[in-house]
Amino acid sequence: MNAKRLRKALFNRSKLRAVIAIFVFLVLWEIGSRSKDWFGFAVPWIGHVPAPTAVVVAWYGLLGDPGYWQSWYMSTLRVLAGFFAAMLVGIPLGLFMAVNKTFNGLVFPSFEILRPIPPLAWVPASIIFWPTQELSIAFVTFLGAFFTIVINVLGGAKSIDPRYFQSAQSMGSSQWDVFRRVVLPATLPSIVVGSAVGMGITWEVVVAAEMISGGGGSGGSGGGLGFFIWNSYVGGSYEQIVVGMISIGIAGFISSELLRKLGSYLTPWLRKR
Amino acid sequence: MNAITQNLSPASSKSPNMKIKAAEIKVTNVSKSYGAGLFAKEVIKDCSFTIERNKLTVMIGPSGCGKSTLIRLLAGFEKSSSGSIEIDGKRITGPGRDRLVVFQESALFPWMTTYDNIMYGPKARGENTQLNRDQAEYLLEKVGLTAFREKYPPQLSGGMQRRAELARAMINNPDVMILDEPFRGLDCMSKELMWEYYSGLYEESHRTNFFVTTDIDEAIFLADRLLIMSNIPGQVRATIEVDLPRPRRLAFVFDNERAVAIKMEALSILHKEAMKSFSGGSKAAADFVEAYSKRSSGNGPVEQ
Repeated sequence: MNAKRLRKALFNRSKLRAVIAIFVFLVLWEIGSRSKDWFGFAVPWIGHVPAPTAVVVAWYGLLGDPGYWQSWYMSTLRVLAGFFAAMLVGIPLGLFMAVNKTFNGLVFPSFEILRPIPPLAWVPASIIFWPTQELSIAFVTFLGAFFTIVINVLGGAKSIDPRYFQSAQSMGSSQWDVFRRVVLPATLPSIVVGSAVGMGITWEVVVAAEMISGGGGSGGSGGGLGFFIWNSYVGGSYEQIVVGMISIGIAGFISSELLRKLGSYLTPWLRKR
Repeated sequence: MNAITQNLSPASSKSPNMKIKAAEIKVTNVSKSYGAGLFAKEVIKDCSFTIERNKLTVMIGPSGCGKSTLIRLLAGFEKSSSGSIEIDGKRITGPGRDRLVVFQESALFPWMTTYDNIMYGPKARGENTQLNRDQAEYLLEKVGLTAFREKYPPQLSGGMQRRAELARAMINNPDVMILDEPFRGLDCMSKELMWEYYSGLYEESHRTNFFVTTDIDEAIFLADRLLIMSNIPGQVRATIEVDLPRPRRLAFVFDNERAVAIKMEALSILHKEAMKSFSGGSKAAADFVEAYSKRSSGNGPVEQ
């Protein structure tokens, strides 16, 4: 009975489909890499991408390399630093902008001018502003998440149904109480969405920032995954480029999944039955 | 049906908090208009009535006759253009805890469980006492939601949400409860169920209640006093004392001759109102006039 249920959980239709899809993708990739042309047709980049088997071999060799894990560690650290700083500043700022009209009027125009600037455009300025390279990378990462979080929090808090305020008020709620027990929980779903999107952007940004800035002071070992990819490119190890790319994919997936889990735990009323 | 009757009169539980405060609201010559100058639209004009102490007053009128505006004035969310509204002789100037409004559609907080929603008011005032917690449990039982105590509003049916909302309002023990078409949008069967639950709650407390609706059956089933509104600008056109016995149950209210007579009387007043505004060029009244003429030509005698 239990084994049956386990089998069901592991091999249901949608999981099977996903596994088959990935397998087929890998097989096509492998064939493309090895045949140099696609069943007789020359396709520009096909012969130049290392085959998945070669990537796995390269990856296996890197598993024991502390430099590879150091790259993971550095990138994760920068992402977390930038992300938490963005939450710490962005959530209160968004809430205060939603609650206070005057403050919103003063801040929103500048905010809207700065928001469309891509975080990567900030890299040179940020290197000039901040004393260490580490801080400038963290700052660019911060910007990636910051604007998204603020705009989501602001939108979420502004679209709260006014009847909630009227009910709360007529039941004797003080302003602070309304903020704590109505505004905050009503905005929570938007905070979760903003954070999830922001987290995705921080991974995009951190890699690019690491490539541009040359990845911290301590050469190759302190560089992070972005620098790892760049270094592999310079060193001509194409297998390692792909390893770095997939590593970032995995890191982004894990952090999004963790955030989704945390968000669903924080907003139990949005779960299905 | 049996299960419902049991729910409505649980012999086992007694309300732990039975001290009912009840107030009386006097509305005197109230007018309210929106806009200014040439574009001013008068929604309520020279409207006077009393919401009597310990009674369930139902106001019925065609849609768009200013009922919701009147509720906002009573709640204190808006101010009247002229005239006065007094609660126990004290002028209403803003929202207050003595009056509680239950809105048209559910305004339960989706992020709180049924129980937390009901306890919102007491907690907001720092009165998370044993007495209030007992009262919350009691009200949960009264509205048949004990099993749904830890569920969130999106997980409740429409009718359950309205009942939870009644309980959430009632625990605050307001001097006057104001209900703005609280059962609107429910299907016919759940609506009738709501009437039984609601009148059961009312019959137990005899708190001052003011209930606004467009549904004539709902009005007659619930009311002690029935106020009939004119078309816009709103005024109270007639008052009918609904002297049907309590407790009211669906099974006998609609078989009751007296209830039928009251309904006919109310409809004929509403018809006269509709005719008046119809001849005044209002399209809103046309449907009512047509329906009424079909009804009176089709079946049964109608007093005119």
